[in-house]
Amino acid sequence: MAEWMALKDATATFVHDGDFVALEGFTHLIPFAAGHEIIRQRRRNLSLIRMTPDIIYDQLIGAGCAARLTFSWGGNPGVGSLHRFRDAVENGWPVPLEIDERSHCDLANAYVAGASNLPFAVFRGYAGSDLPTVNPRIRWIECPFTGERLAAVPAVRPDVTVIHAQKADFKGNVLLWGILGVQKEAALAAKRVIVTVEQRVESLHAAPNSCVLPAWVINAVCEVPRGATPSYAHGYYERDNRFYRAWDAISRDRGTFAQWIDRFILQTEDFSEFLALQRETESRTVVQ
Amino acid sequence: MSASFTAEEMMTVAAARMLPNRAVCFVGIGLPSTAANLARLTHAPEAVLVYESGPIGAKPSVLPLSIGDGNLAETADTVVSTPEVFRYWLQGGRIDVGFLGAAQLDKFGNINTTVVGSYRNPRVRLPGAGGAPEISSSAREVLIIVAQSKRTFVEKLDFMTTGGFLNGGNSREKAGLCGKGPVAVITDLCILRPDAATRELTVTHIHPGISRETVCANTGWAVKFAPDCEETPPPEAHELDVLRALKARTAAAHGAEGEAA
Repeated sequence: MAEWMALKDATATFVHDGDFVALEGFTHLIPFAAGHEIIRQRRRNLSLIRMTPDIIYDQLIGAGCAARLTFSWGGNPGVGSLHRFRDAVENGWPVPLEIDERSHCDLANAYVAGASNLPFAVFRGYAGSDLPTVNPRIRWIECPFTGERLAAVPAVRPDVTVIHAQKADFKGNVLLWGILGVQKEAALAAKRVIVTVEQRVESLHAAPNSCVLPAWVINAVCEVPRGATPSYAHGYYERDNRFYRAWDAISRDRGTFAQWIDRFILQTEDFSEFLALQRETESRTVVQ
Repeated sequence: MSASFTAEEMMTVAAARMLPNRAVCFVGIGLPSTAANLARLTHAPEAVLVYESGPIGAKPSVLPLSIGDGNLAETADTVVSTPEVFRYWLQGGRIDVGFLGAAQLDKFGNINTTVVGSYRNPRVRLPGAGGAPEISSSAREVLIIVAQSKRTFVEKLDFMTTGGFLNGGNSREKAGLCGKGPVAVITDLCILRPDAATRELTVTHIHPGISRETVCANTGWAVKFAPDCEETPPPEAHELDVLRALKARTAAAHGAEGEAA
């Protein structure tokens, strides 16, 4: 049953060194505040999974939190490369990163299999691709009815899934809307679930068929306004495209990146202090 | 007819023209999204744009910077989850055209978006597959839009992320890929289509002002030209007007340079 907690306490309680961790959100509702808190608490040796690693995983990887990454598209959307991810894969910095690489169709199906408590996912995929030749987790299965050869991959069952949503009521029932990605499947596939939300409300006033995660499938709910910044929360704030561009320069160089992580994450108390520092830095840049 | 246009404008316009009205199109971000939206704003107002983040029937007024921009959700007929996009809509056989980009492409329309160099020890680590392998196999047909150079048009891919015609001939069908595969590759220099028998990409149209020598010099294999190879009709004034207005709106909305490739 969901318990309202501070993000710091939820992270300390539910995210452990060595865990298999999913932070999902497809461009929208990316749980940045939670990712920062994992860096702040210096978690190590995590197996991370995320369809689109985005800059939140660039930060976690560059900060040395990850030993393994399962993913299907690793870039800075609309900008270019994830430099910390590339440095880890190409040069093993700051620590070597084992990669488990898939396609979107694969991971979407693998989360569904996890949420469905099935051992594996089956789909029509990977025909002609070299990915199955470099990833032994991608295998083939013959349909027992038609004989068609289909792709099979193990179900994804994270130790902990963290997502961000717009609202939760006082009981901890969570409502999200807009682009939903795989958040519901990732949450239902996981052993433990942390949800950060923009707002705590008395009632969700959700229409039937809304995407609601009932409180009893969640371990911790944390109120973190703007907790998806610099991604966006539909109905609350827009994507900070300037930061996505700025990240390219911050992350390109190991030293600049390390300074940024130290100043903005390790030296700040929580996400609200991070946001205040970032606002202050940006306004100074504008004045110059 | 317009006086002048850039090579990228020619490429985008030529790609947009390939999308029929009412086609259901699975759209990748970057150039494919620009071309598909240009088609929707010109000759194909009823084209249905599907984005892998979940919007179906998106009608964005500005180009999305990322595949999951809010503008896509707000203008869509419906927004479904990502598993549903891939299971019911793509694998379900509801996509007419898959619109893809590429980092490397070979003469059989196979695509690499994974690594340059060896997989275990890459010189350049690229973003990876995204939705492309299954879009290429399940969409009824595939369009590829990519800037042409010896770096992108290679004799041999470093890694085959997404199968096109594999080794040519009927190898695609034998491997179990369902759709027709890449029916056209649109570049900043020319248009290539697969030969009916060998499936080797063959130049069928050369853009205005581009020579055969330029096409050859920017292709990593001995590229063939169709016997009836002709000049691509240049962008018409209204195509350029709509494209430039779309880019200007995008730049204004996103600040700075607008959509990156």
